[in-house]
Amino acid sequence: MLNFILRRVLVAIPTILVLIIFSFLLMHSAPGGPFTSERPLPPEVMANIEAKYGLDQPLWKQMYDYVIGIVTQFDFGPSFRYKDRSVNDIIAQGFPVTLTYGSIAFVVAVVSGVTLGAVAALRQNTWLDYFAVGVSIGAQVLPNFVMAPLLVLVFTLYLGWLPGGGWEGGQIQFIILPVIALATSYMASIARITRSSMLEVLRSNFIRTAKAKGLPSRKIILGHALKPSLLPVISYLGPAFVAMITGSVIIDVYFSTGGIGQLFVNSALNRDYSTIMGITILTGVLTISFNTLVDILYAWIDPKIRY
Amino acid sequence: MRYATTKMTAALLAASFLSGPVLAAGTHPTTGEALADDQTFTYRVLDEHSSVDPQIVEDVSGAEIVRDLFEGLYNQDEDGNLVPGVALSHEVSDDKLTYTFKLRDNAKWSNGEPVTANDFVFAWKRAVNPETASPYAWYMELMSIANGADIIAGEKPVDELGVKAVDDLTLEVTLSQPLPYFPQMVTHSTTFPSPEAVIAEHGADWTKPGNIVSNGAYILTEHVLNERSVRERNEMYWDNENTILDKVVAVVINDENQALTRYMAGELDRTEVPAGQFPRLKEENPDEAINFPRLCNYYYTFNLSDGGPEAFKDVRVRKALAYAVDRNVIVENVLQGGQFPAYTFTPGATAGFEVPEVDYANWSQAERDEKAKELLAEAGYGPDNPLSFDMLYNTSEAHKKIATVMSQMWKQKLGVEATLNNMEWKTFLDVRGKQDFELARGAWCGDYNEASTFLDLVTSPSGYNDGKYSNATVDELMTGARTAENPQENYTQVEMTLAEEMPVIPVYHYAGVYMLNDQLKNWPINNVEQNWYSKNLYKVAE
Amino acid sequence: MVIDQTKMADLADNLAQMDEVKGRSLWQDARQRFFHNKAAVGGLICLTLVVLFAIIGPYFAVWSNEEIDWAIIGNAATMGAPSIANGHYFGVDDLGRDLYSRVIQGTQISLMVGIVGASISVVVGTLYGATAGYFGGRLDGAMMRTVDILMSIPYMFVLILLLVIFGRSISLLFIGIGLISWLDMSRIVRGQTLTIKNKEFVEAALATGVSSFTIIRRHIIPNLLGVVAVYATLLVPLMILTESFISFLGLGVQEPNTSWGALISEGAGTMQYGTIWQLGFPLFFFVVTLFSFFFIGDGLRDALDPKDR
Repeated sequence: MLNFILRRVLVAIPTILVLIIFSFLLMHSAPGGPFTSERPLPPEVMANIEAKYGLDQPLWKQMYDYVIGIVTQFDFGPSFRYKDRSVNDIIAQGFPVTLTYGSIAFVVAVVSGVTLGAVAALRQNTWLDYFAVGVSIGAQVLPNFVMAPLLVLVFTLYLGWLPGGGWEGGQIQFIILPVIALATSYMASIARITRSSMLEVLRSNFIRTAKAKGLPSRKIILGHALKPSLLPVISYLGPAFVAMITGSVIIDVYFSTGGIGQLFVNSALNRDYSTIMGITILTGVLTISFNTLVDILYAWIDPKIRY
Repeated sequence: MRYATTKMTAALLAASFLSGPVLAAGTHPTTGEALADDQTFTYRVLDEHSSVDPQIVEDVSGAEIVRDLFEGLYNQDEDGNLVPGVALSHEVSDDKLTYTFKLRDNAKWSNGEPVTANDFVFAWKRAVNPETASPYAWYMELMSIANGADIIAGEKPVDELGVKAVDDLTLEVTLSQPLPYFPQMVTHSTTFPSPEAVIAEHGADWTKPGNIVSNGAYILTEHVLNERSVRERNEMYWDNENTILDKVVAVVINDENQALTRYMAGELDRTEVPAGQFPRLKEENPDEAINFPRLCNYYYTFNLSDGGPEAFKDVRVRKALAYAVDRNVIVENVLQGGQFPAYTFTPGATAGFEVPEVDYANWSQAERDEKAKELLAEAGYGPDNPLSFDMLYNTSEAHKKIATVMSQMWKQKLGVEATLNNMEWKTFLDVRGKQDFELARGAWCGDYNEASTFLDLVTSPSGYNDGKYSNATVDELMTGARTAENPQENYTQVEMTLAEEMPVIPVYHYAGVYMLNDQLKNWPINNVEQNWYSKNLYKVAE
Repeated sequence: MVIDQTKMADLADNLAQMDEVKGRSLWQDARQRFFHNKAAVGGLICLTLVVLFAIIGPYFAVWSNEEIDWAIIGNAATMGAPSIANGHYFGVDDLGRDLYSRVIQGTQISLMVGIVGASISVVVGTLYGATAGYFGGRLDGAMMRTVDILMSIPYMFVLILLLVIFGRSISLLFIGIGLISWLDMSRIVRGQTLTIKNKEFVEAALATGVSSFTIIRRHIIPNLLGVVAVYATLLVPLMILTESFISFLGLGVQEPNTSWGALISEGAGTMQYGTIWQLGFPLFFFVVTLFSFFFIGDGLRDALDPKDR
């Protein structure tokens, strides 16, 4: 196991490097730059700005300095757009926001999805099952850019129960709507996966044996059926978590939460090179670590798998 | 952690209010209206501002905040006239090259230090210093301060800038050429003072809440990127007693429909009205839906450079396309917010500008269409040789609507095929700046309230003349206008030439279209530049 | 919004157990089972109707998808509701353009994005996986490590970057969306190829001197068909969803062309302004199609992987 983790980390380093170089080149080949503006700047003003941000250096030098800055000082540079802020600063503020509502939504989606899926499987072909399946597919296909404004319309404008946006340091009333909007489609996917794998497990021989032995059904479900049913759910969690972080663009746009999703899109549009790089690296590292974590979890639940 | 500290500051401030003058919950000192208990103004901004550093800020939403946090030599009143700020008055030397400003003696920074002429000297030198790399350094060049341009280009030391503190309350500015509108220019944020000691202490972090020291009516107490920024009453401000609003909150909401929903839910005091929604809102909330003219135009520019399409080199084609656009439909059926159909480049709201009588403005649309068909046929385009081109605009719901409507007007009236092509902002600017387009959208908001801010754009040397229209007479007229006794004559001639040669298609002139809480009073709707100051606003009781 | 990989692996295992002779009866069995699945058949019918709508619909349209009804422009809320009389069966959008025609056009584009995107992903994934699995050894190791690396890239971000940089174009959208999702496919195909490779019939073919290419073409690919078909069906809705997200960001297709994503996001913006049909019609077709694809995909998988026989 240790060997496996070590190998993963070793692969991660070149991966991140490739990611840095790729995004760096991609970004710099985009038309326009961070200081292209509606009113073209006089050349002498532009020259001063480029000198300040090191954009007058050759590209390889910029990239080299950038990587060295990260490795030696963990410094992602100044933001080209938000001139009062450094990228470290910006991410330190935006990432906790995304992580907070992302993780809560993740937990909500997993817990409610597994419950819904398991209930549907245990009561297969009853109204409860049909209801659960209907809800989960409906939630899966309703785009969250329809869901988000709908939630605000209902809970903010008509009912007046919850604020329609903002974050305010993460007070509970500001978290609820983003979490609902983000969690639903993942909850639906998880419910569908749980239901079908649970059905399969319930039909398998060892459950039949357990039933034949006369074990109480609660014990069968919790003690025998649940763990193997969750295997496919777990393999889904890695990509789901990452998708939640990247999918947060819509949440940020509609709920003004100030997370990194919207920040990434804005930075790409503003050509804020350093901020884009910072967020890309962050999500890259996150993706790798989460995939590794899921693999470890998987091995722990399913002893058949060896690395 | 930062959050906790800003909350602390907020708590401290709240406590200090109790001891300060309690104006809220009273009556307005001059009008006598009953004031609301909660004097908080919350408004929506589309995008996060770039900075609150007066010498660095470059966007409108940032400048709005900076105008509240800092105070320059002069301010604008509700109609856009100059009123004293830190300066009480000024004198001009006979050669019109030296301006001497007298500063008030009771102006203070939020840390209690007095505001002196040296703070302005420091700030102005900072703005032109190549190390500061201010994107608005060009503004200092425009102000023609002696040696400014050379310092920016790195050819002279910063200390040679033509500005000095004669004593603590006297600021002397030397210009390189006479500039009649120089006093108007010092209302701009780039010229605001900045606190030398604080910048030396905190470096790039000096604008963060907790560090920042400012001399305006408000201080920055909270700033969460892409979410909100909060400014609260500055107890040290010299006119604090007459400041009524306690707290101003700018909330970033990207989606305009979402912003409107939140306004309707009572979360905001001001938001923009999405295109097409004004008539309905006006009917439902007559006191809250407001509109007023703005100092901006909206047009499409032909690419007249050598690389541009051959067809547009023919003035008949340009005129035909310009005539066939039914501006009334765009204004009344698409935007629906009280915008003005445009037949001239300069908006009619511009101070001292008389809209010239250009011929096609007075025709009926049927006459224009008729003429357009004739002209296009004369130019040799018709069913067997249809005109087709690309029209470029930047990604936005409203631009898309206008481009779609214009292309359909051309298609249905003239049989012209205009292919829509939208690009995101930076790519759009890059492509347009390189003349890599055929017909492109353009818009301009006046830097100052005078027709030359618009008409300079169609002169050959203008950096913003992306269509590369060039007419020696126009250039000459605009140069002449700077020193002319009555520049209006020149402006009229330039507008007439534009109508005759049609290098651009004027489409409409802007209006500000807001939903504004009817409790909030004194919004400066007559200030076409929309330079508003929170200290002049107040909220009345319901 | 990801396909259940465990089930796909199961299915692949199951299909790999069959040998060629039984293969034929497998498909017959599967067809029978598929047509006994009510949800799957319902999905197939709905999908057929949607496709028919996209093909035949234009013949009933009174207005084209870009024509503006000058009598209605700007008054969508009061005069633009669905009406048989003026030919706007689905109402009009804010500019007075016929929503019926626009929905048809959106359907065509979205289905195309879904199908082409899924095909790209399936073709690339299959070729890559089959090559790695068949040749094995170092090549396999290197190819699969590459997949591991690529899997760690935050794709949605890269796609946004690409669209920003190269400008929007429908082909880039196809390629970008397709290339995002071939990685899982290649893993499954590789696994299955490994199993098939060790079957007697492949060994027999090898012994008689049949070339690698022929073996892949004659023996490996046909045995992969089942899993590929299921995967492709489940990928299409994911592609459509991705496209809708891209359209929401304003990086989708160019006007006057449109897609479900573009129509829905426009409609969602104006839903409280009394023009609910602008959201309703495109959303209806979007939801029905996605439902159908999910049911058909699930049905196909269950039919090919009969655990409860």
